Amino acid sequence: MGSTIRPFWHPFTAGIALGLVLLLTFLLTGHGLGASGFFTRLTAWFGAELARSATEANSYLGPFIKGARGVLNPLASWISWEIVGLVVGALIAALTSGRFYVRLDGAKNLSGGGRMALALGGGILTGFGARLARGCTSGIGLSGGAPLAVAGFLFLIGFFVAGIVVSFFIRKAWA
Amino acid sequence: MSIPLYDNGVASGLLSGVLFGYVLENAGFASPRKLTAQFRLTDWSVFKVMFTAVIVAAIGLYGAMALGLMQSNGIYIPTTFFWATLTGGALIGAGMAVGGYCPGTSTVALASGRLDGLLFMTGMVIGTGLFAQVFEPIKDFYLAAAGPRGQTLTQLFGLPAWAVIAVLIMIAVGGFALGNWCERRFGGPLTADELNRGDGGEGAIVEEIEIVSLRTN
Repeated sequence: MGSTIRPFWHPFTAGIALGLVLLLTFLLTGHGLGASGFFTRLTAWFGAELARSATEANSYLGPFIKGARGVLNPLASWISWEIVGLVVGALIAALTSGRFYVRLDGAKNLSGGGRMALALGGGILTGFGARLARGCTSGIGLSGGAPLAVAGFLFLIGFFVAGIVVSFFIRKAWA
Repeated sequence: MSIPLYDNGVASGLLSGVLFGYVLENAGFASPRKLTAQFRLTDWSVFKVMFTAVIVAAIGLYGAMALGLMQSNGIYIPTTFFWATLTGGALIGAGMAVGGYCPGTSTVALASGRLDGLLFMTGMVIGTGLFAQVFEPIKDFYLAAAGPRGQTLTQLFGLPAWAVIAVLIMIAVGGFALGNWCERRFGGPLTADELNRGDGGEGAIVEEIEIVSLRTN
């Protein structure tokens, strides 16, 4: 790893590249990119490991682990391989640009414990919100926006408006 | 050979994922400080990258349909459930403002060595579990105000796709100009250099003890 840190791509370069990757995914699979679907499956998997009967009985997670034809592996899915690829692709990019190192990242005003609490709390809001919206920034925002779905743009309006409002109230933690 | 290929195998997932992760990290989206700076309006990379990507992919998809390369009903289009879509989007925006990530970017963050990305992912599993717990009581809200199945802006406004895309391009140009103006006012977008110095650069985190710099190895 070099000691020099390579700059990020220009936003338009990154945007065009992301658009082409999204287009390629649609042409390959018939659907767009995603992320939160993997975490739903991971939750179902944990549920099955920790409390199988309760998870099977749950009307939301149950169908991920038990189908009409018997027991299912919730992780056996296209989205799981996409997430494996996502990790590999990001790792290659970070390693080859001098941007990989192990750390707890956040604003300088935050203590380590504060940062950990915000990361966990933000994750809880996001996990709940992604199930409510039936997808996340990738799955509904990008992949709904590209085919011009009303749902994609409605999601993005909620995402940006709430993000700006909440950010204003906690700006001291991140500035 | 007809398009889409409907290939949902291992190789297709890995290929899409590797390219997706490579682009997101190079955009700077592994950094929670860059991602949250969008909501403080000091760094507009998230808006610029997302809007450009949506327009590029939309031109590709509707171009392929116009040329007869692809069926217009050949791709997955999500359906609007007005309150759930809007509230879910708002919770994800709030989650990014608080935690610094969304689902995909927390994964990219972990892959770049950020342990707070793993905590965010743990939170998502908890949040998903909570949703499953309350799914029955909130089911009416989850299904409320459903729009037509897979409705697009072209159907909503009765306009051809090229006109909708042209309007999006105009909104993007306006948004980019506003973003550039804000960025100039607030000192420019965050750079890879200032976001990745583990050795006490301006705004670098905090817990020296947590930092294991692999770059010095």
